[in-house]
Amino acid sequence: MIERIVAEAPAFFSSANLGFVLAALGRTLFMTFVGCGLGFGIGLGLAVLRRTQAPMLAPARWLAMLWVETFRRIPFLVILIMVLFGVQPLVPEISLIGIATIAVTLVATAFLSEIIRAGLESVPRAQVEGAAAMNFSAWQSFWLVVLPQSWRVILPPAAAFMVMFIKDTSLASHLGVVELTFSGKILVNRGSSPVLGYGIVLLGYFILSWPLGRLARMLEVRLAPSRNQ
Amino acid sequence: MRHLEINDLTAGYGGTPILRGVSLGVDKGEVVSLIGPSGSGKSTLLRVLIGLTPPSAGAVHVGGEAVDYGKRASVAALRRRMSIVFQQFNLFQNMTVLGNITIAPIKTRGLAAAAAEARARALLDNVGLADKADQYPDQLSGGQQQRVAIARALAMDPEILLLDEVTSALDPERVGEVLDTIRTLAGGGITLILVSHEMHFVREISTRVVMMDAGAVVETGPPSQIFGEPEAARTRAFIGSIVGGL
Repeated sequence: MIERIVAEAPAFFSSANLGFVLAALGRTLFMTFVGCGLGFGIGLGLAVLRRTQAPMLAPARWLAMLWVETFRRIPFLVILIMVLFGVQPLVPEISLIGIATIAVTLVATAFLSEIIRAGLESVPRAQVEGAAAMNFSAWQSFWLVVLPQSWRVILPPAAAFMVMFIKDTSLASHLGVVELTFSGKILVNRGSSPVLGYGIVLLGYFILSWPLGRLARMLEVRLAPSRNQ
Repeated sequence: MRHLEINDLTAGYGGTPILRGVSLGVDKGEVVSLIGPSGSGKSTLLRVLIGLTPPSAGAVHVGGEAVDYGKRASVAALRRRMSIVFQQFNLFQNMTVLGNITIAPIKTRGLAAAAAEARARALLDNVGLADKADQYPDQLSGGQQQRVAIARALAMDPEILLLDEVTSALDPERVGEVLDTIRTLAGGGITLILVSHEMHFVREISTRVVMMDAGAVVETGPPSQIFGEPEAARTRAFIGSIVGGL
């Protein structure tokens, strides 16, 4: 078997194959980062909304809770298929990767909003009262006092979620998105050795997730106030 | 006209009454101490005054102006004249000492950053912490944090300063430095209303002492009366129970 791999290696590592895998890796990266990035933004909005107390926002709070509780409970593959059949009739020209990215956003929003909410709630109530007594508006209190103190609690699980989701995007191959896993499968179908074909996939996932984990750790240390700096 | 006029103020948490009709008038520059057993409503009274706990009935006038605690603008106007220092300091953990003192004047009063910083450094100097400007709260001792909290409240230039058990969370040997800081404020024109269990200090610094029990004012008088010849039986019992500490 080793002889076969050695014999195949020069042909396998051709620039065409490498370019093919690299493009697939780019799609995995795109789905994860755009999906989780949008998910973080919308999730932050939902988390803030769920903390409000105004009676007139009660229906919005209820809808936010419904979103979070729904999308946390449905398997990602099912959401992918739901989005495919739900969005494609409305926007026929949408690409498969666009559909997959919407699905990632829906799930990421639900999970990240809960992570952010837990982070915001970790800030003691006394900090908010101190801000209120000094005439901060609700917005100033949130932006200047609560959010900066919650990063330390939000970032580690948020980064862990994202690293986990890099791997889950492989399910988008079921839709036909040629992402990292699917590219390995295609190479093997074209006759490459499975060890090489999936080996490069394995390496690709590692290259994506390892620096992200390091970056999260760095940010966590940097954003923590005072002593950890 | 009194500087602060409280009329028949009531408040409660979830149906449980905490304040049952408190009336109190305070003149400008007075140092009024609230004493009484735990749960008598002293801290709640301060929280209601600064707008952190909503009153259920009653009226509060500051400098003759009625405060409407249901209206954000009215509360904001009140907080430009009144500040509070908390038992647990409540310094913003994500900001340096200097940041803690300058942020509110800059963000809520529109003071220029340079002016706010100069004022903050002068106040830090007054409380003896000029060298701690760039430290974070968790790098300071409790007594130092509380002195920063006092400087932070003073940076808002309040006419009335509320001090809520500001030495209760401190190590005994740190209490003195905070009391010294408060001593420098008394008689300087600012109106002080403080809740304290430091009876020696209350007796020494107060122009008037207010004895509270079960959410109401039992007796009001100069320290000599409250500690010497209290009129109410409840005051006598309370002073008697702590007289060992005097």
